[in-house]
Amino acid sequence: MEKVLLVDDEKEFLDTMAERMEARDMNVTTTTSPKDALKKAQEESYDAIILDLQMPEMDGLETLKELKKKNPDLQVILLTGHATVQKGVEAMKLGATDLLEKPADLKVLTEKIKKAHTRKMVLVQKKAEEKVRHILAERGW
Amino acid sequence: MVDCTDVGNVSELQFFGKMTASISHEIKNVMAIINESAGLLEDYSLMAEKGMPIDPERLKVVSNRVTMQIQRADRIAKNMNSLAHSVDEFHKSIDLRETLELAVGLSGRFADMRSVRLEFQPPSDVPTVITSPFHLLNLIWRVLDFAMDAPGVEKTLGLTYDADAESVKIRLSGLASLTNAPETVFPAAGEAALLRILGATIYQDIKGGEINLVLPKDVRQQITAES
Repeated sequence: MEKVLLVDDEKEFLDTMAERMEARDMNVTTTTSPKDALKKAQEESYDAIILDLQMPEMDGLETLKELKKKNPDLQVILLTGHATVQKGVEAMKLGATDLLEKPADLKVLTEKIKKAHTRKMVLVQKKAEEKVRHILAERGW
Repeated sequence: MVDCTDVGNVSELQFFGKMTASISHEIKNVMAIINESAGLLEDYSLMAEKGMPIDPERLKVVSNRVTMQIQRADRIAKNMNSLAHSVDEFHKSIDLRETLELAVGLSGRFADMRSVRLEFQPPSDVPTVITSPFHLLNLIWRVLDFAMDAPGVEKTLGLTYDADAESVKIRLSGLASLTNAPETVFPAAGEAALLRILGATIYQDIKGGEINLVLPKDVRQQITAES
Protein backbone atom coordinates (compact mmCIF):
# COMPACT_ATOMS: atom_id res chain seq x y z
CA MET A 1 0.00 0.00 0.00
CA GLU A 2 1.50 3.36 -1.06
CA LYS A 3 1.56 6.08 1.53
CA VAL A 4 0.80 9.46 -0.04
CA LEU A 5 0.68 13.04 1.22
CA LEU A 6 -1.58 15.25 -0.90
CA VAL A 7 -1.06 19.03 -0.61
CA ASP A 8 -3.41 21.50 -2.31
CA ASP A 9 -5.19 24.65 -1.12
CA GLU A 10 -8.42 23.51 -2.83
CA LYS A 11 -10.14 21.45 -0.14
CA GLU A 12 -12.79 20.06 -2.50
CA PHE A 13 -10.05 18.79 -4.79
CA LEU A 14 -8.25 17.16 -1.86
CA ASP A 15 -11.38 15.42 -0.55
CA THR A 16 -12.36 14.00 -3.93
CA MET A 17 -8.86 12.97 -4.92
CA ALA A 18 -8.21 11.35 -1.53
CA GLU A 19 -11.42 9.30 -1.72
CA ARG A 20 -10.50 8.05 -5.20
CA MET A 21 -6.93 7.23 -4.22
CA GLU A 22 -8.06 5.40 -1.09
CA ALA A 23 -10.40 3.32 -3.27
CA ARG A 24 -7.22 2.30 -5.13
CA ASP A 25 -5.65 1.01 -1.93
CA MET A 26 -3.50 4.00 -1.14
CA ASN A 27 -3.04 5.41 2.33
CA VAL A 28 -3.70 9.14 1.83
CA THR A 29 -3.08 12.07 4.16
CA THR A 30 -4.21 15.53 3.03
CA THR A 31 -3.43 19.10 3.98
CA THR A 32 -4.26 22.52 2.54
CA SER A 33 -1.22 24.11 4.19
CA PRO A 34 2.32 23.82 2.80
CA LYS A 35 3.73 24.56 6.27
CA ASP A 36 1.70 21.69 7.71
CA ALA A 37 2.98 19.51 4.85
CA LEU A 38 6.57 20.24 5.87
CA LYS A 39 5.73 19.23 9.44
CA LYS A 40 3.96 16.05 8.33
CA ALA A 41 6.84 15.08 6.04
CA GLN A 42 9.21 15.30 8.99
CA GLU A 43 7.00 13.23 11.27
CA GLU A 44 6.02 10.50 8.80
CA SER A 45 7.61 8.69 5.90
CA TYR A 46 5.66 8.99 2.63
CA ASP A 47 6.20 7.10 -0.60
CA ALA A 48 5.15 10.16 -2.57
CA ILE A 49 4.12 13.76 -1.91
CA ILE A 50 1.73 15.34 -4.42
CA LEU A 51 2.15 19.09 -4.30
CA ASP A 52 0.17 21.89 -5.92
CA LEU A 53 2.43 24.50 -7.48
CA GLN A 54 0.46 27.60 -6.48
CA MET A 55 -0.58 27.90 -2.87
CA PRO A 56 -0.88 30.59 -0.23
CA GLU A 57 1.72 30.76 2.58
CA MET A 58 4.41 29.19 0.40
CA ASP A 59 4.35 28.30 -3.28
CA GLY A 60 4.93 24.75 -4.47
CA LEU A 61 8.52 25.28 -5.62
CA GLU A 62 9.47 26.85 -2.29
CA THR A 63 7.80 23.96 -0.45
CA LEU A 64 9.61 21.50 -2.72
CA LYS A 65 12.94 23.18 -1.91
CA GLU A 66 12.28 22.93 1.83
CA LEU A 67 11.14 19.30 1.58
CA LYS A 68 14.22 18.30 -0.38
CA LYS A 69 16.49 20.21 2.02
CA LYS A 70 15.13 18.15 4.90
CA ASN A 71 15.06 14.86 3.02
CA PRO A 72 16.70 14.68 -0.43
CA ASP A 73 15.23 11.20 -1.02
CA LEU A 74 11.62 12.37 -0.89
CA GLN A 75 9.62 11.65 -4.04
CA VAL A 76 7.66 14.80 -4.89
CA ILE A 77 5.20 15.01 -7.78
CA LEU A 78 4.06 18.53 -8.65
CA LEU A 79 0.57 19.38 -9.87
CA THR A 80 0.02 22.61 -11.74
CA GLY A 81 -2.74 24.46 -13.55
CA HIS A 82 -0.38 25.30 -16.41
CA ALA A 83 2.65 23.11 -16.98
CA THR A 84 5.17 25.17 -18.92
CA VAL A 85 8.58 23.90 -20.01
CA GLN A 86 10.22 26.58 -17.84
CA LYS A 87 8.32 25.47 -14.73
CA GLY A 88 9.06 21.83 -15.50
CA VAL A 89 12.80 22.49 -15.82
CA GLU A 90 12.80 24.55 -12.63
CA ALA A 91 10.92 21.83 -10.74
CA MET A 92 13.24 19.07 -11.99
CA LYS A 93 16.32 21.13 -11.06
CA LEU A 94 14.92 21.38 -7.55
CA GLY A 95 14.55 17.61 -7.43
CA ALA A 96 10.88 17.02 -8.32
CA THR A 97 10.17 13.47 -9.44
CA ASP A 98 7.52 14.57 -11.94
CA LEU A 99 5.20 17.38 -12.98
CA LEU A 100 1.57 16.90 -13.99
CA GLU A 101 -0.97 19.34 -15.36
CA LYS A 102 -4.42 19.76 -13.81
CA PRO A 103 -6.91 18.25 -14.43
CA ALA A 104 -4.73 15.17 -14.07
CA ASP A 105 -5.65 11.66 -15.17
CA LEU A 106 -5.76 9.54 -12.01
CA LYS A 107 -4.46 6.52 -13.93
CA VAL A 108 -1.35 8.48 -14.92
CA LEU A 109 -0.95 9.88 -11.42
CA THR A 110 -1.32 6.40 -9.88
CA GLU A 111 1.39 5.07 -12.18
CA LYS A 112 3.68 7.91 -11.19
CA ILE A 113 3.01 7.25 -7.50
CA LYS A 114 3.83 3.56 -7.98
CA LYS A 115 7.07 4.51 -9.76
CA ALA A 116 7.91 6.94 -6.95
CA HIS A 117 7.26 4.16 -4.43
CA THR A 118 9.64 1.82 -6.31
CA ARG A 119 12.30 4.55 -6.52
CA LYS A 120 11.98 5.15 -2.79
CA MET A 121 12.36 1.44 -2.07
CA VAL A 122 15.52 1.32 -4.23
CA LEU A 123 16.94 4.33 -2.36
CA VAL A 124 16.10 2.79 1.03
CA GLN A 125 17.74 -0.49 -0.02
CA LYS A 126 20.83 1.32 -1.31
CA LYS A 127 21.15 3.21 1.95
CA ALA A 128 20.81 0.01 3.96
CA GLU A 129 23.51 -1.68 1.84
CA GLU A 130 25.81 1.31 2.30
CA LYS A 131 25.23 1.19 6.03
CA VAL A 132 26.13 -2.51 6.14
CA ARG A 133 29.25 -1.88 4.00
CA HIS A 134 30.23 0.96 6.32
CA ILE A 135 29.80 -1.22 9.45
CA LEU A 136 31.78 -4.05 7.85
CA ALA A 137 34.60 -1.70 6.85
CA GLU A 138 34.72 -0.09 10.32
CA ARG A 139 34.77 -3.35 12.22
CA GLY A 140 37.28 -4.87 9.83
CA TRP A 141 35.50 -8.23 9.59
CA MET B 1 0.62 51.69 -34.49
CA VAL B 2 0.69 51.01 -30.75
CA ASP B 3 4.03 51.70 -29.10
CA CYS B 4 4.63 48.58 -27.01
CA THR B 5 7.48 50.20 -25.10
CA ASP B 6 5.28 53.04 -23.84
CA VAL B 7 4.78 52.80 -20.04
CA GLY B 8 1.00 53.10 -20.36
CA ASN B 9 0.69 50.43 -23.06
CA VAL B 10 2.99 48.03 -21.24
CA SER B 11 1.00 48.52 -18.04
CA GLU B 12 -2.27 47.80 -19.88
CA LEU B 13 -0.91 44.65 -21.47
CA GLN B 14 0.57 43.46 -18.19
CA PHE B 15 -2.74 43.98 -16.42
CA PHE B 16 -4.68 42.09 -19.08
CA GLY B 17 -2.11 39.29 -19.05
CA LYS B 18 -2.06 38.99 -15.27
CA MET B 19 -5.84 38.89 -15.01
CA THR B 20 -6.39 36.37 -17.81
CA ALA B 21 -3.61 34.13 -16.48
CA SER B 22 -5.19 34.18 -13.02
CA ILE B 23 -8.66 33.52 -14.46
CA SER B 24 -7.43 30.58 -16.53
CA HIS B 25 -5.68 29.16 -13.48
CA GLU B 26 -8.88 29.37 -11.46
CA ILE B 27 -10.86 27.73 -14.27
CA LYS B 28 -8.29 24.90 -14.33
CA ASN B 29 -8.80 24.39 -10.58
CA VAL B 30 -12.57 24.21 -11.10
CA MET B 31 -12.06 21.74 -13.95
CA ALA B 32 -9.79 19.60 -11.78
CA ILE B 33 -12.50 19.32 -9.09
CA ILE B 34 -15.23 18.53 -11.63
CA ASN B 35 -12.91 16.00 -13.31
CA GLU B 36 -12.26 14.20 -10.01
CA SER B 37 -15.96 14.32 -9.13
CA ALA B 38 -16.82 12.69 -12.46
CA GLY B 39 -14.14 10.09 -11.76
CA LEU B 40 -15.60 9.46 -8.32
CA LEU B 41 -19.05 8.88 -9.83
CA GLU B 42 -17.47 6.41 -12.24
CA ASP B 43 -15.83 4.66 -9.26
CA TYR B 44 -19.24 4.46 -7.54
CA SER B 45 -20.88 2.95 -10.63
CA LEU B 46 -18.11 0.33 -10.90
CA MET B 47 -18.62 -0.49 -7.22
CA ALA B 48 -22.41 -0.76 -7.77
CA GLU B 49 -21.83 -3.06 -10.75
CA LYS B 50 -19.86 -5.33 -8.45
CA GLY B 51 -22.83 -5.41 -6.10
CA MET B 52 -21.50 -3.02 -3.47
CA PRO B 53 -24.22 -0.77 -2.03
CA ILE B 54 -23.72 2.97 -2.55
CA ASP B 55 -25.06 5.35 0.07
CA PRO B 56 -27.24 7.97 -1.72
CA GLU B 57 -25.75 10.61 0.63
CA ARG B 58 -22.36 10.11 -1.04
CA LEU B 59 -23.94 10.81 -4.42
CA LYS B 60 -25.54 13.96 -3.02
CA VAL B 61 -22.16 15.20 -1.76
CA VAL B 62 -20.64 14.79 -5.23
CA SER B 63 -23.64 16.39 -6.92
CA ASN B 64 -23.46 19.41 -4.54
CA ARG B 65 -19.74 19.70 -5.14
CA VAL B 66 -20.24 19.86 -8.91
CA THR B 67 -23.06 22.42 -8.55
CA MET B 68 -20.84 24.63 -6.34
CA GLN B 69 -18.00 24.45 -8.83
CA ILE B 70 -20.30 25.34 -11.73
CA GLN B 71 -21.47 28.39 -9.75
CA ARG B 72 -17.85 29.29 -9.08
CA ALA B 73 -16.97 28.92 -12.77
CA ASP B 74 -19.98 31.08 -13.66
CA ARG B 75 -18.71 33.88 -11.37
CA ILE B 76 -15.22 33.60 -12.87
CA ALA B 77 -16.61 33.71 -16.43
CA LYS B 78 -18.82 36.72 -15.58
CA ASN B 79 -15.82 38.61 -14.22
CA MET B 80 -13.80 37.71 -17.29
CA ASN B 81 -16.61 38.90 -19.55
CA SER B 82 -16.92 42.21 -17.65
CA LEU B 83 -13.16 42.71 -17.88
CA ALA B 84 -13.25 42.02 -21.64
CA HIS B 85 -16.12 44.52 -22.13
CA SER B 86 -14.33 47.21 -20.13
CA VAL B 87 -12.48 48.14 -23.33
CA ASP B 88 -15.65 48.51 -25.46
CA GLU B 89 -15.75 52.30 -25.07
CA PHE B 90 -12.96 54.57 -23.98
CA HIS B 91 -15.24 56.71 -21.81
CA LYS B 92 -18.35 55.22 -20.34
CA SER B 93 -20.77 55.79 -17.50
CA ILE B 94 -20.11 53.10 -14.89
CA ASP B 95 -21.63 52.02 -11.61
CA LEU B 96 -18.78 52.46 -9.14
CA ARG B 97 -20.01 49.73 -6.82
CA GLU B 98 -20.13 47.16 -9.64
CA THR B 99 -16.67 48.19 -10.82
CA LEU B 100 -15.20 47.81 -7.34
CA GLU B 101 -16.93 44.45 -6.90
CA LEU B 102 -15.36 43.37 -10.18
CA ALA B 103 -11.93 44.62 -9.08
CA VAL B 104 -12.25 42.68 -5.81
CA GLY B 105 -13.41 39.58 -7.70
CA LEU B 106 -10.47 39.78 -10.10
CA SER B 107 -8.03 40.29 -7.23
CA GLY B 108 -9.42 37.50 -5.04
CA ARG B 109 -6.92 34.87 -6.09
CA PHE B 110 -3.98 37.24 -5.62
CA ALA B 111 -5.28 38.08 -2.14
CA ASP B 112 -5.65 34.37 -1.31
CA MET B 113 -2.07 33.74 -2.43
CA ARG B 114 -0.90 36.36 0.07
CA SER B 115 -3.34 35.17 2.76
CA VAL B 116 -4.96 38.62 2.71
CA ARG B 117 -8.72 39.20 3.01
CA LEU B 118 -10.36 41.93 0.93
CA GLU B 119 -13.43 43.36 2.60
CA PHE B 120 -15.56 45.53 0.35
CA GLN B 121 -17.89 47.71 2.43
CA PRO B 122 -19.98 49.75 -0.03
CA PRO B 123 -22.14 52.56 1.32
CA SER B 124 -25.82 52.63 0.34
CA ASP B 125 -25.50 55.22 -2.43
CA VAL B 126 -24.31 54.06 -5.81
CA PRO B 127 -22.53 56.82 -7.70
CA THR B 128 -22.10 56.66 -11.43
CA VAL B 129 -18.84 57.86 -12.87
CA ILE B 130 -17.93 58.69 -16.44
CA THR B 131 -14.44 57.38 -16.90
CA SER B 132 -12.32 54.86 -18.76
CA PRO B 133 -13.45 51.57 -17.16
CA PHE B 134 -10.46 49.52 -18.27
CA HIS B 135 -7.92 52.05 -17.00
CA LEU B 136 -9.82 52.43 -13.76
CA LEU B 137 -9.80 48.66 -13.19
CA ASN B 138 -6.10 48.61 -14.00
CA LEU B 139 -5.39 51.41 -11.51
CA ILE B 140 -7.51 49.85 -8.74
CA TRP B 141 -5.72 46.55 -9.30
CA ARG B 142 -2.33 48.26 -9.02
CA VAL B 143 -3.40 49.99 -5.81
CA LEU B 144 -4.70 46.69 -4.40
CA ASP B 145 -1.55 44.87 -5.49
CA PHE B 146 0.58 47.44 -3.67
CA ALA B 147 -1.74 47.48 -0.63
CA MET B 148 -1.81 43.69 -0.31
CA ASP B 149 1.90 43.86 0.51
CA ALA B 150 1.27 46.33 3.33
CA PRO B 151 -1.48 44.88 5.51
CA GLY B 152 -1.68 44.95 9.29
CA VAL B 153 -1.48 41.88 11.53
CA GLU B 154 -5.11 41.00 10.81
CA LYS B 155 -4.31 40.86 7.10
CA THR B 156 -7.66 42.39 6.20
CA LEU B 157 -7.97 45.30 3.79
CA GLY B 158 -11.09 47.42 3.82
CA LEU B 159 -12.36 48.95 0.59
CA THR B 160 -15.06 51.58 0.41
CA TYR B 161 -15.94 54.84 -1.34
CA ASP B 162 -17.79 58.11 -0.88
CA ALA B 163 -18.86 60.77 -3.32
CA ASP B 164 -19.57 64.48 -3.54
CA ALA B 165 -20.92 66.53 -6.45
CA GLU B 166 -17.65 66.59 -8.38
CA SER B 167 -15.69 63.54 -7.40
CA VAL B 168 -15.60 60.11 -5.81
CA LYS B 169 -13.05 58.90 -3.30
CA ILE B 170 -12.08 55.22 -3.15
CA ARG B 171 -10.53 54.40 0.20
CA LEU B 172 -8.39 51.40 1.12
CA SER B 173 -7.81 50.92 4.81
CA GLY B 174 -6.08 48.48 7.15
CA LEU B 175 -2.62 49.15 5.72
CA ALA B 176 -0.64 49.16 8.94
CA SER B 177 2.59 48.28 7.13
CA LEU B 178 2.53 51.33 4.84
CA THR B 179 5.90 53.01 4.90
CA ASN B 180 7.48 56.09 3.40
CA ALA B 181 10.76 54.26 2.87
CA PRO B 182 12.37 55.46 -0.38
CA GLU B 183 12.41 51.96 -1.89
CA THR B 184 8.60 51.85 -1.85
CA VAL B 185 7.84 54.44 -4.52
CA PHE B 186 4.10 54.61 -4.99
CA PRO B 187 2.57 55.70 -7.25
CA ALA B 188 5.32 54.71 -9.68
CA ALA B 189 5.50 55.36 -13.44
CA GLY B 190 2.81 52.79 -14.34
CA GLU B 191 0.30 54.30 -11.91
CA ALA B 192 1.23 57.86 -12.90
CA ALA B 193 0.29 57.14 -16.53
CA LEU B 194 -3.09 55.78 -15.42
CA LEU B 195 -3.70 58.70 -13.08
CA ARG B 196 -3.21 61.07 -16.03
CA ILE B 197 -5.67 59.13 -18.22
CA LEU B 198 -8.27 59.07 -15.45
CA GLY B 199 -7.64 62.65 -14.24
CA ALA B 200 -7.25 61.10 -10.80
CA THR B 201 -5.05 61.70 -7.79
CA ILE B 202 -3.77 59.30 -5.20
CA TYR B 203 -2.49 59.98 -1.72
CA GLN B 204 -1.29 57.83 1.12
CA ASP B 205 -2.08 58.43 4.77
CA ILE B 206 0.77 56.47 6.28
CA LYS B 207 -0.21 57.17 9.92
CA GLY B 208 -3.83 56.19 9.29
CA GLY B 209 -2.85 53.18 7.16
CA GLU B 210 -4.91 54.33 4.18
CA ILE B 211 -4.62 54.91 0.47
CA ASN B 212 -7.12 57.26 -1.15
CA LEU B 213 -7.86 57.45 -4.82
CA VAL B 214 -9.84 60.48 -5.97
CA LEU B 215 -11.58 60.42 -9.35
CA PRO B 216 -13.59 63.08 -11.15
CA LYS B 217 -17.22 62.09 -11.64
CA ASP B 218 -16.89 62.97 -15.30
CA VAL B 219 -13.38 62.73 -16.72
CA ARG B 220 -14.51 64.35 -20.01
CA GLN B 221 -15.35 67.61 -18.25
CA GLN B 222 -11.93 67.65 -16.65
CA ILE B 223 -10.24 67.10 -20.03
CA THR B 224 -12.34 69.94 -21.55
CA ALA B 225 -11.48 72.26 -18.65
CA GLU B 226 -7.76 71.50 -18.97
CA SER B 227 -7.70 72.11 -22.72
